[in-house]
Parts: sequence; C-alpha cells; structure tokens
Amino acid sequence: MDLDFMASTMVTLIAALPMTLALFSLSVVFGGLLALLVVWMRVGGNPVARGFAKGYIFVFRGSPLLIQMFLIFYGLGQFGFIRYSFLWPALREPFVCAVMSLALCTAGYTAEIFRFGLRSIPAKEIEAARAVGMSGFLLTRRILAPIAFRNALPAYSTEVMMMVKSTALASLVTVWEVTGVAQRLIAQTYRTMEVFLCAAAIYLILNFLILQVMALLEYRLTPHRRTAPLFPVAQR
Amino acid sequence: MTAANAPTIGTAMASATRLSVRNIRKSFGPHEVLRGISLDAHDGDVISLLGASGSGKSTFLRCINMLEIADAGEIVVDGETIQMEQRRGKTVPANRRQVDRMRSELGMVFQSFNLWSHMTILQNVIEGPMHVLKRPRADCIAEAEALLEKVGIADKRHAYPAHLSGGQQQRAAIARSLAMKPKVMLFDEPTSALDPELVGEVLRVMRALAEEGMTMLVVTHEMSFARTVSNRVIFMKSGEINCDGPPEHVFGAGASPEFRQFIGHFGS
Ligand SMILES: Nc1ncnc2c1ncn2[C@@H]1O[C@H](COP(=O)(O)OP(=O)(O)O)[C@@H](O)[C@H]1O
Ligand SMILES: [Mg+2]
Repeated sequence: MDLDFMASTMVTLIAALPMTLALFSLSVVFGGLLALLVVWMRVGGNPVARGFAKGYIFVFRGSPLLIQMFLIFYGLGQFGFIRYSFLWPALREPFVCAVMSLALCTAGYTAEIFRFGLRSIPAKEIEAARAVGMSGFLLTRRILAPIAFRNALPAYSTEVMMMVKSTALASLVTVWEVTGVAQRLIAQTYRTMEVFLCAAAIYLILNFLILQVMALLEYRLTPHRRTAPLFPVAQR
Repeated sequence: MTAANAPTIGTAMASATRLSVRNIRKSFGPHEVLRGISLDAHDGDVISLLGASGSGKSTFLRCINMLEIADAGEIVVDGETIQMEQRRGKTVPANRRQVDRMRSELGMVFQSFNLWSHMTILQNVIEGPMHVLKRPRADCIAEAEALLEKVGIADKRHAYPAHLSGGQQQRAAIARSLAMKPKVMLFDEPTSALDPELVGEVLRVMRALAEEGMTMLVVTHEMSFARTVSNRVIFMKSGEINCDGPPEHVFGAGASPEFRQFIGHFGS
C-alpha cells in the first residue's frame, strides 16, 4: 500500500467532509422537525391529516431514496409553476435538492420511530398526569414527549447513523461530498481500493463519534433504567 | 377531625360539602357498571368504599375525576358543578379547562402508584405544583421536601421510582397528590399491590391524613382501616350502593345479608 497516496487521499476527502456534515446535519434537523409535524398528524384526531400522514410515511419509506432524490433533482424543473417560482434559484441547486430529499425521507422513518415511542408510554403514567390536571400541550411537553423520546432513542440513533451513510447518494446529483470526491479521485487515479477504503474510514469514524454521542445522551436521559446506585445519591 | 368525633351522617350539615356526586350511571357497552350512585363527602369525611372485585368501585372513582366519563349524573366539587354537554349522542365535558382544574383539586392515588418513572421522587412531587398550578420552583421544592418528610421518604427524594419499594412508591404517590393541595383525596385500593409487610406504612400515612382532617374517599379491602379510620362505610354491590352508614352501623346492626356474605371472605 502506498502510504503517501493514502495520506494525500485522506487530505482531499477530508476537505469534502464539511459538505457531508452539512448535508447530514441539515437533513437531520429539518427531517426531525418535519417528523414531529407528520407524527402529530398521524396520531391526531383529524382523519384527513391522519390519512395524509400515513400516505406520506408509506411513500417515503416504501420507495428508494435515490429515486426520490432523482425525482426532486430532475423532476421539479418540469413543473412550470416551480420553474417560474421565486424558489427556483434555490430548488435548482443540487445541494438544496439533496438536503430536501434526505430530510423528506428521514422524516418518514423518524415519524414512525417517534410514533412507536409514543405508543410505548405506559398508560398509567399518562393517567397520573391527567389526574393532576394536565392535558393538551402541557401533557405532551411535560410527560408524553420526554418519555416517548427516551423510548425512541435507540431506534432513532440507528436512523441518524443511516443518514450519515445516505448522504453518499448526494454524489449522484453532483454534490461534492466525501463519496463524490472519492469517485472523482478514482476517475483521475484508477486506484479504487485505496480511495474507497479512505472514504469508508471517514464514514466509520463519523458514525463512531455519533454513536458515542447518542449513547451518552441515552445514558444521561435514563438513570431510572439503571440499577440503583450503590451509594445513595446526593444525601445532602 | 378523627373518626371518633366525626359527626354521623344526619348531623353533618354544618361542614361544607367538598364533593357531591348525584346519580352517576356508567355502562361499558351493554354492561351497566354503575346504576345510579349518589354520595356527599363533607369536610373531613373519610369514606371507605367496599365491594367485591368488579362491583364498580374503580369505575366510580374514575368517573369522579373524569378519567371515565359517566353516561349520566352530576359531579360537584366544592360547590362547582362540572359542565357536561351532549355531542353526537354522547355525554362529554363541555369545558376541558374546567375538567383540568377540577382534577387538580382532586388528588388521585392509584393501586399501582403510577409515578413517572423517568423523574426522581422530588421531580414527581413538584411536577404538578410547578407546571399545572404554575407556582415558583423554590416554593414547590420546599413544600415537596416537607411532604416527603411527612410520608417518611425524605432520604429518597433523589432516587427514581424503580429504585424504591412498593410501599415507598405509594407514599411518594400520596405526597405527589398532596402537593396539589387537593380538596378531596381519592384512593383506589392503595395497598392492594403491596407485599403484606409494606401495607402498614402506607395505612399509617393515610391514617395521619385522616386525622388532619383531609376529606378522603378510599376504595379498600383493609377492613380494619374501614372500621377504625373512616367515619362512613359504603358497600357497593353490582353497581349500586347496598349498605351505607357509620362503620359501627354497617359492620353491626345495619349489615345487609350481602355485606355479611362479603366480609365473611375476610374472616371477620
Ligand atoms: N374500560 C373498561 N371497558 C370495559 N369494561 C370495563 C372497563 N373498566 C371496567 N370495566 C368493567 O366494569 C366492571 C367494574 O369494574 P371496576 O370498576 O374496575 O370494579 P372494581 O374496582 O370494583 O373491581 C367490571 O366488570 C369490569 O370488567
Ligand atoms: Mg378496582
């Protein structure tokens, strides 16, 4: 193995890491917000909203993300009302299209994850909250959401790691993130193995870090699931 | 007031009516669980609700704080009637805020404690006062610590429910209810999920509450509690009040044949 080449490849790929991180963080944030909206519609009382949310979740979980991305990137411009709208300068950008399709897709998965989190809240704890006079938004904010989020966290960690990997698809709509740059490097050097190994290492390190953060978050949020401390806590 | 000097039903008119339930009816499908139950609880009353499993005791308590919505009847908490209306042929509360406020005035203690498992005991106790009553955090903490002291688990305030025994959890749940400064406390078999050796510690807390003059409605199978702590005993049978009166009366001359048969199972 040519260590010099590997090192220079690493430098080149790491230069593309900010783009990967931008795709990842923007789509996780927007996808998460969208998921809240979708899950709210999905579990709410309005049958029209519920039907829409079901359809949304099915479409974005049931079709390949790559095709969703192509449809947004190549397809949007075919609609005159989009092409001639004030949004077009943004929507023609590959980066915007990639973030949009990543966010739309992860919102479908995340909505389902949150819904299962909600469903696994013990009914008795909800009842106790109602009995002290909580309902509506207060009940959601103080009891439902905190418990649902804790329940959803393991599955949500998996989804977040999937998102890191999914950003690689953006290379196919000409976004120069890590995988895209790796492919360009291979086209120039024909050294497939070394370049892809370097790229894989970057994704692994990234996901390793994310895994640590999520594990720490879960640890911090769930002291009640650990066995009782040997020494009584904070006796003051 | 204690059970000993509590007025008998006929002379209770002097004290305020904290809770008044008129002719409550409730069916689940074709099964009529409550067939018109009425009850007045005056200030300081401790009423024990007895009855076989399935006689509708839990449903009755749950109808009082609207965890179940009664099909018919009226509920008055401290003089305020809960507004109901008909919607698509069903009886529903007319005003969600009124129901929330009324629930915050009625403490509910469940058979299985129902503490919020992701919160410490102290967090459980301050949750309602802080977020429902919107009172200052420092006041809530000070009062919560006093309450935990009172129920004897002050040393557990930073522990999580799962790390406590059943008796400690139930005492925490009682403290959580008391933190709302309720006008009436409803207990649904508070000791039935406990190991026998833990029953006493919870009953002691309830007895102390009764002696402080808390108005209490207690579904229980603890006959000695019903006899010695409450000033009124109601025996429910098939969704109706079968027997009602001071414990000396219900356990004595006034016992119905059904009640005699019921307490026969307890060997008393
Ligand atoms: N949510 C419900 N749906 C259908 N039936 C119910 C429901 N809750 C209670 N019941 C029925 O109502 C009857 C009375 O129950 P409950 O009030 O729990 O009795 P108790 O507390 O005296 O044991 C039982 O036959 C029970 O099966
Ligand atoms: Mg019951």
